[in-house]
Amino acid sequence: MAIHTLAVLVENSPGVLARVASLFSRRGYNIDSLAVGPTENPKVSRMTIVLNLEGHALDQVSAQLFKLVNVIGISEMKDSDSLKREILLVKVANNAANKEIAGKHKAVISDETTTTISIEAVGQSFEIEALLADLKPNEIRELVQSGLVALERGASTLADRTLSTMGTANESDPNSSTADYQN
Amino acid sequence: MSKMNGAQSLINALEAAGVDVMFGIPGGAILPAYDPIFDSKIRHILVRHEQGAGHAATGYAQATGRVGVCIATSGPGATNLVTPLADAQMDSVPIVAITGQVPSAAIGTDAFQEADIRGVTMPVTKHNYLITDPADIPRAIAEAFHIASTGRPGAVLVDIAKDALQKETTFNYPKTVSLAGYNPVVEPKQSAVLDAAALIAQSKKPVLYVGGGVIKANAAKELMQLAEITGVPVVTTLMARGAFPDSHKQHLGMPGMHGTVAAVTALQKADLLITLGARFDDRVTGKLSTFAPKAKIIHADIDPAEIGKNRHADVALVGDLKNILRALNPATKAALAKSAPDLTPWLNEVYGWRSKFPLGYDKPSDGSVSPQNVIERIGKISGPDTIFTAGVGQHQMWASQFIGYEKPRTWLNSGGLGTMGYAVPAAMGAKVGAPDTTVWAIDGDGCFQMTNQELVTCAINNIPIKVAVINNESLGMVRQWQTLFYNQRYSNTDLHSKRIPDFKLLAEAMGCVGLRCERPEDVDKTIEAAMEINDRPVVVDFNVHRDAMVWPMVAAGTSNDDITVARSMAPVWDSQEL
Repeated sequence: MAIHTLAVLVENSPGVLARVASLFSRRGYNIDSLAVGPTENPKVSRMTIVLNLEGHALDQVSAQLFKLVNVIGISEMKDSDSLKREILLVKVANNAANKEIAGKHKAVISDETTTTISIEAVGQSFEIEALLADLKPNEIRELVQSGLVALERGASTLADRTLSTMGTANESDPNSSTADYQN
Repeated sequence: MSKMNGAQSLINALEAAGVDVMFGIPGGAILPAYDPIFDSKIRHILVRHEQGAGHAATGYAQATGRVGVCIATSGPGATNLVTPLADAQMDSVPIVAITGQVPSAAIGTDAFQEADIRGVTMPVTKHNYLITDPADIPRAIAEAFHIASTGRPGAVLVDIAKDALQKETTFNYPKTVSLAGYNPVVEPKQSAVLDAAALIAQSKKPVLYVGGGVIKANAAKELMQLAEITGVPVVTTLMARGAFPDSHKQHLGMPGMHGTVAAVTALQKADLLITLGARFDDRVTGKLSTFAPKAKIIHADIDPAEIGKNRHADVALVGDLKNILRALNPATKAALAKSAPDLTPWLNEVYGWRSKFPLGYDKPSDGSVSPQNVIERIGKISGPDTIFTAGVGQHQMWASQFIGYEKPRTWLNSGGLGTMGYAVPAAMGAKVGAPDTTVWAIDGDGCFQMTNQELVTCAINNIPIKVAVINNESLGMVRQWQTLFYNQRYSNTDLHSKRIPDFKLLAEAMGCVGLRCERPEDVDKTIEAAMEINDRPVVVDFNVHRDAMVWPMVAAGTSNDDITVARSMAPVWDSQEL
């Protein structure tokens, strides 16, 4: 499986997004999507990065990413134990068929003109893809997607594991594919 | 707390970080910092080109183990540091570069001498900073030195806006540095240490594959212990020359593209590589898929990202190599006490290759000077306490092959980036760091013409380095490839440097002694004459045979099994060896 989702906690410092992007670019790792935003801790931002790693090992990518001084913690978000959501906003022709498609996919019509409607959908990747598949490509006037965001299921948090051990040695095993990278 | 400007705070911070020397050139944006430098106890050496400052910082760091420091202004001053930063980062050398930046209000406006040097150097530094608030200066400097010198060492750049240097602030140097995202693992896992010891104790054809990390970790003594506990033969990579004495009976020499037959073949035939601070670089492995095909791998490195990057590790030892070896040595001794395989057949085999295929060279038949002989004689006459630097190319390979290295930090070169022009400024930095040591730059005529202006710096600042220009009037390594792979079509590799420039006159114009040697019978006495000069830099123009080639050779992208000892000549093996 070449697609992996990484949750990455980074210091909220200038240039951090450029550092991550530059690393992926120079090492030839393909990003499918990257979503970044503030967290409950104002000093920390969280990135959710969906990677297509054909030809690269996840461990190696994580280890390289973890070498960035501003990267505090990394965890793979597996489908089985995480919530994954994306947002789709799509502008299509205002007609009954499109409204029916929106309804079928439990999407919201958030804006409407005489000629267009803007459909807002939140869901897992396959749900977004299913909605898009139903819309006729030639009727899509404009669309925008947020990229995936992911959160671990259960009580455990990446921030707890990472920030509570701040300043202690990284115990993760670099040869283990299940290891979190955290400080 | 007394008030001062950001510039004074910067200099105080550098003093607090333990800086005793820095190499640099002032300019508009960094100018505020140069005023307090005038009164500082830090020695500032005014170089002639910022690239020279960067390589000098690297040479200083390589020779001393301390952090090297260079300083430059914004824009072109900063971009001239890019090559030495990339060079130091590739070879894991701890350096800190300080650059001035245009005033913070002008950043992003394409102001005069503005370059986004933080953006430019992001991919070639371990970390970098842009400081616009003077209150951040001491912390950034403390962090920069911490990051550069700990974990896997590297290059750190601190870019400081001019107004941050001018504004008033208070100086408060942090006692400790704590970074949320940076806590290098220095102690190996005990379980991995035991696994490694067990593998060593089972192995019948082991090789110690030693990289530059052993020198960075100051772990040569511990390496010697492991070698002697186990009796395992040792290869030292280009970056590790000197980590293990060349004169030691277990040493097989350098592996890789121009390695010895014994070192290359031992890796190929090994059943275990005990990899210490080495990174399976393509110049060592040749075609990766055919490298050491039967070997299990113990990989010890401070950088977890090196584990498994190019070659899967059967046992990963992440930590500081000194700590790793201090744990591994007794564990290995204990494991061997229980059961020690008989290494005799293997040792007979590898030492047989070593005696059967020693490094060598032919003396030119036309009576001209042999470049290998010049380098070998400099090594012999100057002795193992000398620090040698090299540029990049044939002379570098010969200097690695034909000088005997007995101690760490006596061989400084640009291994990773392959930076032509490294030798002279690196020698300058090394001589500043080790003023009582003889420092020879073994340079090529191509390399020398890239950075020789720093000889002016050396002459004026009483930095009496010695430079051997191995003048084959060509870009020799490129010419060698043209000879071997491009049908002797010597496109743009003829430098005419036996004619122009006159290196002897050039040296003298720069305040150095210039010597020239054109006959084999003059080699020793010219070297001895150079050895006698200690009050000025000396440059010797050795006019050498231009068709000499570096052998052995594993052509780029081919398998180490296809090593050649001369043109189209594979080693002649006894049948039982194959």
